[in-house]
Amino acid sequence: MTRSAIYLCCIVLALLSLPARAALDAGQLSKLAADDNDAKVAVVKYLASHPSPEAEAVLTAMDNDALYQNQGRLLIVRGDQAIDAATLQALGPVPDSAESIIVNNRLRGAVQGALSAFKLFSSDLATRLKAARDVKQDPRPEQLPLIQQALAKETNAEIHQDLLLAQASIQISSSNEAERLAAVKILGATNNPEVRTKLADMLIQNNGQYNEASPVVRAAAQQALKSIDLRISLARAAASLFSGLSLGSVLLLAALGLAITYGVMGVINMAHGELLMVGAYATYFVQGWFKTHLPQHFDWYVLAALPIAFLAAAGVGMVMERLVIRRLYGRPLETLLATWGISLILIQLARVSFGAQNVDVANPSWLSGGIEIIQDVVLPWNRIIILGFSMAVLVFMSFLLSRTRLGLFMRAVTQNRAMAGALGVPTGTVDTLAFGLGAGIAGLGGVALSQISNVGPDMGQGYIVDSFMVVVLGGVGQIAGTVYAALGLGIVNKLLESWSGAVIAKIVVLVFIILFIQKRPQGLFALKGRSVD
Amino acid sequence: MNTPVTENNETQDGGALTGLAHFVQPGELDASHGPVLYLDDITVSFDGFRALNQLSLTIDNGELRCIIGPNGAGKTTMMDVITGKTRADSGTAFFGQTLDLTKMNEAKIVQSGIGRKFQKPTVFEQHSVFENLELAMQADRSVWATLFARLDSESRDRIADTLKLIRLQDSADRPAGLLSHGQKQWLEIGMLLIQRPKLLLLDEPVAGMTDEETDRTAELFLSLAGKHSLMVVEHDMAFVAQIAKKVTVLHEGSVLAEGSLDQVQNNKRVIEVYLGR
Amino acid sequence: MTTTYRYFSKSVWLAMGLLAIGLLVVLPILHLGVDKHSSLYVSSYAITLIGKIMCYAILALAMDLVWGYAGILSLGHGVFFALGGYAFGMYLMRGIGADGVYHANVPDFMVFLDWKTLPWFWHGTEHFAYSLLLVVLVPGLLALMFGFFAFRSRIKGVYLSIITQALTFAAMLLFFRNETGFGGNNGFTDFKRVLGYSITAPETRVAIYMLTGLVLLGALLLGRYIVTSKYGRVLAAIRDAESRVMFCGYNPVSYKLFIWTLSAVLSGIAGALYVPQVGIINPSEMSPANSIEIAIWTAVGGRATLIGPILGAVLVNAAKSYLTVSFPDYWLFFLGALFIVVTLYLPHGLMGLLSALRRKITGGWK
Repeated sequence: MTRSAIYLCCIVLALLSLPARAALDAGQLSKLAADDNDAKVAVVKYLASHPSPEAEAVLTAMDNDALYQNQGRLLIVRGDQAIDAATLQALGPVPDSAESIIVNNRLRGAVQGALSAFKLFSSDLATRLKAARDVKQDPRPEQLPLIQQALAKETNAEIHQDLLLAQASIQISSSNEAERLAAVKILGATNNPEVRTKLADMLIQNNGQYNEASPVVRAAAQQALKSIDLRISLARAAASLFSGLSLGSVLLLAALGLAITYGVMGVINMAHGELLMVGAYATYFVQGWFKTHLPQHFDWYVLAALPIAFLAAAGVGMVMERLVIRRLYGRPLETLLATWGISLILIQLARVSFGAQNVDVANPSWLSGGIEIIQDVVLPWNRIIILGFSMAVLVFMSFLLSRTRLGLFMRAVTQNRAMAGALGVPTGTVDTLAFGLGAGIAGLGGVALSQISNVGPDMGQGYIVDSFMVVVLGGVGQIAGTVYAALGLGIVNKLLESWSGAVIAKIVVLVFIILFIQKRPQGLFALKGRSVD
Repeated sequence: MNTPVTENNETQDGGALTGLAHFVQPGELDASHGPVLYLDDITVSFDGFRALNQLSLTIDNGELRCIIGPNGAGKTTMMDVITGKTRADSGTAFFGQTLDLTKMNEAKIVQSGIGRKFQKPTVFEQHSVFENLELAMQADRSVWATLFARLDSESRDRIADTLKLIRLQDSADRPAGLLSHGQKQWLEIGMLLIQRPKLLLLDEPVAGMTDEETDRTAELFLSLAGKHSLMVVEHDMAFVAQIAKKVTVLHEGSVLAEGSLDQVQNNKRVIEVYLGR
Repeated sequence: MTTTYRYFSKSVWLAMGLLAIGLLVVLPILHLGVDKHSSLYVSSYAITLIGKIMCYAILALAMDLVWGYAGILSLGHGVFFALGGYAFGMYLMRGIGADGVYHANVPDFMVFLDWKTLPWFWHGTEHFAYSLLLVVLVPGLLALMFGFFAFRSRIKGVYLSIITQALTFAAMLLFFRNETGFGGNNGFTDFKRVLGYSITAPETRVAIYMLTGLVLLGALLLGRYIVTSKYGRVLAAIRDAESRVMFCGYNPVSYKLFIWTLSAVLSGIAGALYVPQVGIINPSEMSPANSIEIAIWTAVGGRATLIGPILGAVLVNAAKSYLTVSFPDYWLFFLGALFIVVTLYLPHGLMGLLSALRRKITGGWK
């Protein structure tokens, strides 16, 4: 087919189709063929406000880069066949002279916005819901007719509500006062920060004139703003409460092992932070092994790391206990110094074997991302799961202490070593196992830490002061106290942080603990005894 | 011992010149009107367990009182309350007429004239016997005073006298940690005496002593009575029989019976407590 | 470590006298009075190194007073050392005047923060005497306040150690902040002059070096006086049986508070002497790791011996200077092993080892 023949053909077809289907204005459409991007955007807006199968087809084609022009005439290309964009009639094979219409980013944004609005009419509920969410999040004035049509048809309450918000977000700029008032009244339920800005804008005075002339609308806007702000501040508060709980759960993981070694056994272990580090490096090691041997199951390496980190840290702990700590029972200050020495050696070992730099530990897919409670406030999955994990470790530990023979022996040995020994409890073995348990729990903490913070030789140092503070604050030998102290400290720290910055928050908390111990030297949950010393 | 007479006509060991008006010195013992120790309605509880239950007890000036009672009767807790180691939940404790023991700390209480010997002899094991007595000796206990303290000959004499009294003059330069158990008991009694307290609290003073040592202790205590007031907690009934004029029986944190040894030994309730129901 | 230990035997006095003459007279002469190319010449590096180690020795001595004699293991003495250093450092910073990089009349880091005037706590620091007062008062008052609260509520043992560590950790975080007004991360450096003399001139160096030596000697004699006084005996008694001391009528709080504050002041003075010799003070001096190292110097030499900790500070720091240069990877292994070996096998430190050897040789009891 020659080019002129096609041309002729097209004209004929166009002339035939126009009166029959006036859905798309060919004149409007032809501006898409021009080079003027502003004009193109205007056409897209026009299309968006005139919903029809043709308009959707054109926009979809643009989004897929399948819209061509041939001498001012627009074609949709499907495979090697061309379809007329205005009428959707088949035109046969694509002419050689057809040129693709360039869709730049701005244009594409407009196209996608328009398209999403078209999805409001999908028969699939999930698609409609998503589309409604999208228009609610990013309402464009040109979508108003579509939204209104959809509103009239929509039966699902949730989608209906979203559409109402989207409509109101557009109508807030309406010139009609009644429409504005209705919109403002609905908008108290929005979370969209741009809409909030618009509402706030209404109340601003400019040269003695309010931006919003009507006092009724202003009053409604005030009301709406109040309810938006309340909801946002609640969400923010929930978010900082969550990050406090999250920090608390990290502190708890660091402190739980210490609650056994220091709280129950009375051994002051300054290398506790380095046992966390051992757990974290064990995770790194398992990650590497999965990468080379089981790449298809990479997502599950964290689970495999749990027992390995536990055993690695427990092993290091038991060796420490056998070689050093055992000989220093009853000499807490010497234990403190010797275990500090051990911590230096462990740090240097990590440096020599893995390098002084932090190593890279990746989150598996199920630990990435998060839940968005409102816009910009995200609760990350890894933190949520670690919160749950710390509770699980807590349950595991209290089960071991209260329900198993090892737990019974541990409690017996710490209460009266000589008597326990006389009753046939192998006190030496119990000490080693108990210390190993505390160390192993630190190792589990290390796995969790590897998912939310840097893994490096010095990582343990940052936790030692904090976790001792938790144990001291909670009361020595009080697992329940440890839990409350960890979560409480985490929350207080985060709340202070949002108010005064991280460093000051940390200092305030430390000073607070120092003062607190003045009042209650035995911690939050101390038992009063007849004779303390 | 030569007791200097203080400005307010009150003798050093608390014996007042009765009938004469005198000034009450703040911070000084005033036992001119009756008992030297006065406990009233004292209650102490630990986590719901009542170690002392509305205990009331008075010790007269110059009296030697023995306290007996089964384990857990509250004897040690009572001494803890008197010496400020434990705070009473309620009740009053006065030393003489004017000193409220519940408002003073341990050191102040000692400085006002109450000395205590613990159940388990505690001496400064790293220090020599001589130094133990030197530290215990009544003197200005402020930091500044001890920084510039020099032993004068009078103090040396007092230490030498005490060493003789407790028969440790040959061990003066040995570290106290190397003494036998009985010797440590004696050293602690010596440390108590050199403080010149008005009231001595003695918790099982003859535990671990030989019979001969016990006899000598009894002798010593009897010679102290009159000049000092003594409160002796003891399980050794033979020893109690040797020294006791008046005995108090504690049970479950309060006074069960009080009187001469014969009286309490024949008291029905005491027999019940000791022999079981 | 009993009080029957004699402070000191004649031979120790003699050795100390010779050492003092060697360090305070001979070395300065060999530095100032000998030609640089002579084999007898002592380099300024050596003078600075020895001066620095003498500062550490004062610090170890201060630690011994609280740990050895009062049983208070401080893991936060670095904060007192650093505060003394910062107090004198403020004077040295003011001494730079307008010779800084920005030629401003406030220290360079303040120009960087866009501060036009000095914060209130910098006022008066241009006066030498006032800064000396601060060197004593700042660590002293901090120690007094902290000690008052800690000792009054009978915090002792490991609890106290951990809280002192928290103290220095908190102070470090505070000083790391730029807004705190002490130069943040970088702290103070690039000093130019002290009392008008160039700080890098050999004569100035030697003067500070000799002053350090004299302070060390004075601290040693003061320590000896204190531990042999009745006060020292009460203190040791508190260390061994605190409640018994209370029932002898002493108030342990004021006894501990005195030695604790004195120790902090000594540490502050050591810090003030350290800064002009080393030429820098920054918040890392307050890191918990630094403070705990002081404890190991003391333990290596032998607690409650006064000269032991000095010996320990000298030996450990000499080893550090050597190892961190020659075998940087092994220094931490060495230090870690030192902590373990000393606590396990040398509870009385080198001094204990020496007296055990002497006992073996003479066969005597003491």
